[in-house]
Amino acid sequence: MENEFADIKNEYETVIGLETHVELSTETKMFCGCKLSFGAQPNTYTCPICLGHPGSLPVINKKAIENAIKIALALNCNICENAVFHRKNYFYPDMPKNYQISQFDMPVGINGYIDVDMGSYVRKVRVTRVHVEEDTGKLIHIGSTGRISEADYSIVDFNRAGTPLIEIVTMPDIKSPDEAKQYMITLRNILLTLDVSDCSMEEGSIRSDANVSVKLISSDKLGTRTEIKNLNSFRFLQRGLEYEVDRHIDIIKSGGKVIQQTRHYDNKTQTTMVLREKEEAHDYRYFPDPDLVPMKIKEDWINKIKDTIPELPSAKEKRYKDFLGLSDYDSSFMANDFEISSYFEEVLKHHDNAKAACNWIMGDFSAFINKDGITLRQSKITPENLAGLIKMIDSKEINGKIAKLVFEEMYNTGKNPTDIILEKGLKQINDTEKLEKIIDEVILKNPDAVSQYKSGKSKAISYLVGQVMAKTHGKANPQIVNEIIIKKLS
Amino acid sequence: MGKIINKKDIKHIAKLAELKYSDAEIDKITDQLDKIINHITKIGQADTSNIVPTSHVLEITNVYREDKVRISFTREESFKNAPLEDEDGFKVPKID
Repeated sequence: MENEFADIKNEYETVIGLETHVELSTETKMFCGCKLSFGAQPNTYTCPICLGHPGSLPVINKKAIENAIKIALALNCNICENAVFHRKNYFYPDMPKNYQISQFDMPVGINGYIDVDMGSYVRKVRVTRVHVEEDTGKLIHIGSTGRISEADYSIVDFNRAGTPLIEIVTMPDIKSPDEAKQYMITLRNILLTLDVSDCSMEEGSIRSDANVSVKLISSDKLGTRTEIKNLNSFRFLQRGLEYEVDRHIDIIKSGGKVIQQTRHYDNKTQTTMVLREKEEAHDYRYFPDPDLVPMKIKEDWINKIKDTIPELPSAKEKRYKDFLGLSDYDSSFMANDFEISSYFEEVLKHHDNAKAACNWIMGDFSAFINKDGITLRQSKITPENLAGLIKMIDSKEINGKIAKLVFEEMYNTGKNPTDIILEKGLKQINDTEKLEKIIDEVILKNPDAVSQYKSGKSKAISYLVGQVMAKTHGKANPQIVNEIIIKKLS
Repeated sequence: MGKIINKKDIKHIAKLAELKYSDAEIDKITDQLDKIINHITKIGQADTSNIVPTSHVLEITNVYREDKVRISFTREESFKNAPLEDEDGFKVPKID
């Protein structure tokens, strides 16, 4: 049965487009000087402008436009010289003005793309537009369940109202829920690199609406799409889309019709539910906001902003490969997560051994933090201390085996490697005189291994080296021990 | 002059604006708005073939403010125009 279903599924192609909202981390709101204040006491950062009092006048936050241009450039967009704010009209209690200031046919950026690395292939996702708008207030539904449908009344907190919001809209180029997830990871990584938003998923600083439909591979006709709103986790995005794709195919297979709807993903049931049918009220009557004069984005401003764009993840990956000599896989791992790449580069600042830094981060370090469910930065090991550890290995102060012990101690205590080695007496023994004495003892006590070696079994030497290591509690320099034994037995 | 706007349009706009009217009011508004819009359509007769499209009446662009914090309302001040409030915020009726 399973295979039969898989075959039917294979007849269909998934078509996904994403709209991603990103809250900028400017000091103040988009059109007024109220401070941005996630988590503050409700309604403590409002003013006549963000409360929509009659007669108040919005003024554009220059930094927000700068950041929007920065984002648009990083997403390979053309910057529109003439950009205009429009009013998007609709009634909802989280909007004090009864319109949202947004952009319509004259956004800041158009016609860009993001290359999404899927491992075995690259999906080019075209970006239709990057535009600027303001966020809404927050509704708290008061009732026994906290759900809107069962609420007695609602409370509005306007602290968030007017927060600068960037909307990034793609073409329907995404072909699977997995690609959608990877797109969002890639986008988030670019935004973190640009330092324009904290991109916190939990706080909703970055959230996506996903449009999805399925069509027969053999047909050019697109299927009816549904939209899943407000997906603020990579996992929810992927699972919600997977559920929707299956649901669409099931409906079509059983002869039904997909209805155009806005849906909501519920992680408890791992299903999507109808929020609303595409209503006739989807009529926003956009018109240019007469309170705001148009923007004229000139070349020299764009060039100035261009100069502030740091090295982007794709360029990083290439540099790691070409100049640091990392493998394809390692470069991608180091470059495509902002936290990892920034940590990695900080390690390199203190000690220049990229391959070793990469190996520690991908190996032991990842194993430890994954076990504890924390991130590199949340661990007690600073980049400087990791660099210190690698330096000690490179200068042969400690060997690889001891390094693993020191690393574990660093991870548990946050101490620096020099202190740990002193405290625990773990310094590598490189002193040949000292080693020769121990080696002489080992040779005397193991005549069998010695004779095996002499009769041509070269492997027997590793047994002897092992004995020396055991006697020195792992502190001997194994290479030197190896050399001395060979010399003594030849 | 033909009819530009009809009762269905008025009902639609009223719904978008969350306004409720009686049938008699709808008839009256339809008639009045139709006259107004008919009058305004005269503007369409103007020759705009050599005019660059504008989105604003003023010929100024690029009015910005720096990203500097200004003092906000106190909570008491912010609630002054609220029909209903409780200790946390503006109180609104159940949303359907």
